[in-house]
Amino acid sequence: MGYLQGFAVTFRKLWEKRVTVPYPESKRDKPARLHGRHVLNRYENGMEKCIGCELCAGVCPANCIYVRGADNPENEPVSPGERYGFVYEINYLRCIHCDLCVEACPTQAITETKLFEFSFTNREDAVYTKDELVVDESTGLPQHLPWEDWRPGEDLQTSAWMRATSPSGSSEYVGKVAWDSELGYGIRAPEDNQIGES
Amino acid sequence: MMILGTDPLLSGNVDLTVVLIVLMKVGIAFAFLLVAVMLMIWFERKLISDMQNRIGPSVAGPWGILQTLADGIKLFFKEDLIPERSDRFVFKLAPYLSLVPAFLVFAIVPIGGDFRNDNGGVVTWFGHETLVQVADPPIGVLFFLATSSIAVYGVMLAGWSSGSKYPLLGAVRSSAQMISYEAALGLSIATVFLMSGTLSTNGIVSEQSTWNWNLVTTGVIPFIIFVIAGTAELNRPPFDLVEAEQELVGGFHTEYSALRFALFFLAEFMNVITMSAIAVTLFLGGPNGPILIEAIPWIWPPIWFFLKVGVFLFVFVWLRATLPRLRYDQLMDLGWKILIPASLGWFLLIAALNIANDQGWQSWIVILVGLTVISVGALALMAAVRKAKIQRASQAFEEAN
Repeated sequence: MGYLQGFAVTFRKLWEKRVTVPYPESKRDKPARLHGRHVLNRYENGMEKCIGCELCAGVCPANCIYVRGADNPENEPVSPGERYGFVYEINYLRCIHCDLCVEACPTQAITETKLFEFSFTNREDAVYTKDELVVDESTGLPQHLPWEDWRPGEDLQTSAWMRATSPSGSSEYVGKVAWDSELGYGIRAPEDNQIGES
Repeated sequence: MMILGTDPLLSGNVDLTVVLIVLMKVGIAFAFLLVAVMLMIWFERKLISDMQNRIGPSVAGPWGILQTLADGIKLFFKEDLIPERSDRFVFKLAPYLSLVPAFLVFAIVPIGGDFRNDNGGVVTWFGHETLVQVADPPIGVLFFLATSSIAVYGVMLAGWSSGSKYPLLGAVRSSAQMISYEAALGLSIATVFLMSGTLSTNGIVSEQSTWNWNLVTTGVIPFIIFVIAGTAELNRPPFDLVEAEQELVGGFHTEYSALRFALFFLAEFMNVITMSAIAVTLFLGGPNGPILIEAIPWIWPPIWFFLKVGVFLFVFVWLRATLPRLRYDQLMDLGWKILIPASLGWFLLIAALNIANDQGWQSWIVILVGLTVISVGALALMAAVRKAKIQRASQAFEEAN
């Protein structure tokens, strides 16, 4: 009866649920900690978090980040500290989305969104400048650039991975908040299922 | 008049209405076949993707039902390529040699008609009595066998005239395969002739009007042989060696493109439909079936006919989704050593039973004797095949040493 078993298999498949999603029309939910395009965050008072320390550029294994710091202008400072990120560029033709920059950042200035659906028609466009990376001044949400495919709700998750592993993945810090408030969100809660949590 | 046979439409005066009715029938059959092919290709793609956990065509029209139309339009506008080393005339002729027989076969299939009370399928249209089929030639099913043999030329000449090696190999395979399975096909149909006593399709369907379908009266075996041989005749999986992609690129139609390729494709799927229709006519009582709502009795025969054809189409796709392709020697073994002897033996058994009925012999004795003769024959055949195999092997062994 070996022949007929095959027919039973194909017939059973007729009724099975499809896992395929008609992609451009609808999308599957992305994992909260997916590594996507970066954002530069702001404090709740609208100031930029980046202090231009270049630790992210130093740790980047793909050499895709270029940072130049500068002293804050005295009458209208960009960041709370002494210096700020004057130039900040990420080349997305090189970036491997390893999130080492996020781990290295001392002020949680750089985090990653879930967005990976963006494309360019020339190499210059692949280099995101600070104007494009920094979050919106009023809402604190990532900017929606014309060549990026954002869906409603996708721009809310910008730092889950950082909040799940920080600091240093040590189990002693599970559930403890070790980060600053963010524009538009306030102080975000730790992510579930951190390392060491059962 | 003889070629159109027993159709009562043509027995009286042939006036304008009669001509118009015939033209209407031809037009309906033509249009129906084209639409059916379109739907069949969509149905096959959709069903096979369902069986493989995929979605299949889903963009063109609701559930992708217009996908075939889109493909057809695309093929229509593609570049029509003729290889330099081809035989141009034959190369252009071959697709039509495939397509025209596919159309012709459907002419003899009764798709409806009133078969109750020995009515013989006669209906009245516009005051004229007629049959719901384009033609009912007295040679009937022989016409089907003849046209399907012509289709072999389409495949063979296409492969030969391409002037390229893969099409040629595909054509050689196809001619061998289709000719060997045609024998089994013909022998399995012969038992139907024995039971019905007629070659006319209308006659065969009328014979089955009281639920005594040939499927049962011929004893299932011819039906099974017909389906297997028919699948091989259609070059459909698991017998699609003619166009085995992994070995022969596209088989006989490798060099064809654009509209000519579309014609081959059309012919292939049309043949699937006509083969199903012929199988329904011969074995499953054609449009016969219960009249469920008496108010509209004329609508039920076509519905039953299309339902039965649909079951066949489903089974053809199911076969394709399930079975892997046969090796060439397995194909030939199945055709020559199993199907042809089996159908021949069964044919003789049925013939003996018919004679037994006429002469008033005990039918169980006839069956017993018949089965004994058949099994002795089968054993002798198996022994001969075995002997030949051993001989070949020892010969090869001696040559090797």
